[in-house]
Amino acid sequence: MTDNPSGIIPAVESLPLAEAATAEPQAAAHRPRGPLAKWLTSPAPWLNVSGILGFLLLWHLLTTVLRLPLFDKLPGPLETVGEWFSRNPTYGISVFTVEYYQHIGLSCLRVFLAFLLATALGVPLGLLMGWKKTFCDYTFPVLELLRPIPMLAWVPLAILMWPGRETSIVFLTFLGSFFATLLNSWLGVKSIDRSYFRAAASLGASESLLFRKIVWPGAMPFVFTGLQISMGYAWFSLVAGEMLAGEFGLGYLIWDSYILVQYPVIIIAMFTLGVVGSLSSLIIRLVGNLLIKWKVKEA
Amino acid sequence: MEIPSARPGEALPTNNPEPPAQSFPDNDPAPGRIEVESLYKSYETESGFREVIKDLSLSVTEGQVTAIMGPSGCGKSTLINLLAGYEKPNGGKISIDQKPVTGAGPDRLVVFQETALFPWLTTFENVAYGPKIRRELKGEKLDSVIMSLLRTVGLEDFRDKYPSQLSGGMQRRAELVRALVNRPKVMLLDEPFRGLDAMTRSLMRDYYLDLFERHKGTQVFVTSELDEGLLIADRLAIVTNRPGRIKKILDVALPRPRDESLRGSPEYLSLKAEALELLHEEALKSFKAGAVNSADFVGAYAAMG
Ligand SMILES: Nc1ncnc2c1ncn2[C@@H]1O[C@H](COP(=O)(O)OP(=O)(O)OP(=O)(O)O)[C@@H](O)[C@H]1O
Ligand SMILES: [Mg+2]
Repeated sequence: MTDNPSGIIPAVESLPLAEAATAEPQAAAHRPRGPLAKWLTSPAPWLNVSGILGFLLLWHLLTTVLRLPLFDKLPGPLETVGEWFSRNPTYGISVFTVEYYQHIGLSCLRVFLAFLLATALGVPLGLLMGWKKTFCDYTFPVLELLRPIPMLAWVPLAILMWPGRETSIVFLTFLGSFFATLLNSWLGVKSIDRSYFRAAASLGASESLLFRKIVWPGAMPFVFTGLQISMGYAWFSLVAGEMLAGEFGLGYLIWDSYILVQYPVIIIAMFTLGVVGSLSSLIIRLVGNLLIKWKVKEA
Repeated sequence: MEIPSARPGEALPTNNPEPPAQSFPDNDPAPGRIEVESLYKSYETESGFREVIKDLSLSVTEGQVTAIMGPSGCGKSTLINLLAGYEKPNGGKISIDQKPVTGAGPDRLVVFQETALFPWLTTFENVAYGPKIRRELKGEKLDSVIMSLLRTVGLEDFRDKYPSQLSGGMQRRAELVRALVNRPKVMLLDEPFRGLDAMTRSLMRDYYLDLFERHKGTQVFVTSELDEGLLIADRLAIVTNRPGRIKKILDVALPRPRDESLRGSPEYLSLKAEALELLHEEALKSFKAGAVNSADFVGAYAAMG
């Protein structure tokens, strides 16, 4: 434009500034603090700690002080923690024994294998189902028939089908997480707005490009939500499988200790499951946040 | 003169130090001509068979802005989808430079009613998407073309931001540029500035006019704001209540470059009065037919007139 009437300019001047302000609201005065520093100076850590202390106190009261009938067989927190961190544990399981880590290691390995398999199969299948209607029409009825079958109902078949206990347990764990991964990946594609496909098609994208550049990144947030859920299911199924068929692992340890009347070990194994379960879903969340930067920044 | 690019927190320079934005490395392609002949489009809905467009014929002249206006629900977005090749008509013909339209393609680019910037790509990556996947431009050349366009719309400092980090107005500008960088024969814009506040909207219109007057392509521009339509258009096509067809085409023979000051001129006012009358007629019909938001529409036009 060669002779832009000056009437336009004032509007140009004021507006981008106002827009910039909305785009970067916190750029001003304060030096930005990291999320950790923010958390530490907030009341949250204190509340967290008092929540945990309250839980331990209640546990202590119920099992050791009041000895209510419902709780009188359970070990109290002092006994459990004493055993857990003992160099010379009464029942042979503590942080200083090799067996403890063998149980953890084997359970983690089984979950990892099953989860890897479920992801490697579930994500591509789910994405394909969301993307290609004919493929979905083939697979959906079967999926909807198999998905609601409780994982425990698979136990006999799993034992019949697979040679050895190890593969049966991994198979059961795989089943637990597979459907959640599949379903969420499928929903992920369904959630992508049609206009992205249209825009890409107009810009000249081929089918295979549509898959790589639209389906894949667009479904990513749902896929990672699915992976977190499926990790939870994996641990759930693993413990059931180990209780029924295991010779090692945290689920087996719980059941075995029950039969051998080594009650503190039950509690130790349960808390250990809690910790490794949380850690594994934290890892998935971190990987997800790393891969889906565009979504994280939206917050 | 170029619209100066404003950086956040920085006053506009009085004499622009930037070299004038050189538009494209090669010449812009010849703008395309669209012919639409007795177009027909219907949908099967739950409430039955619905004719959306019926016997719509229209020539969109090359190198001009054809604005499309009409009551809400009259089939404007449907027309855009058909022109873009996203949907197939049930009857009639659409051709661009005598070639029938069979599907979507980079010769006809769409700026959507809702933003369709890919949320997982940055501003720059979004704009680069078309040329990259078609392998037309790359490396430094692509970089300089895109940056010069982003500069024209004041987005050069936002090249590495994701769409969710841009304001509504910035998203619309990024989307205009994403379409324009592909040098389409035709641009299809479906109420591209809907939902923006009045200030941003008039600013966007000025950016758009600047880009258009620089690059002269064929434009089909759907709008629901009469003033916007009159200020940008060479021709204003008024669509009837559903099923939509062209009721009348007004020639908007106002001088370019245009700006707000035109709004007081007698030619402008008489054009506006004529358009208002036609639109009002159709809005009333749609109101009688019981369309959902036609009441607002009639109200809005009554207020404007
Ligand atoms: N895919 C579809 N299936 C069924 N009906 C549809 C479909 N697309 C549009 N319609 C109907 O066609 C009519 C015209 O829709 P369209 O979106 O083209 O209107 P419009 O003129 O763009 O309206 P607006 O001003 O609200 O954007 C509407 O009544 C709508 O319900
Ligand atoms: Mg519309």
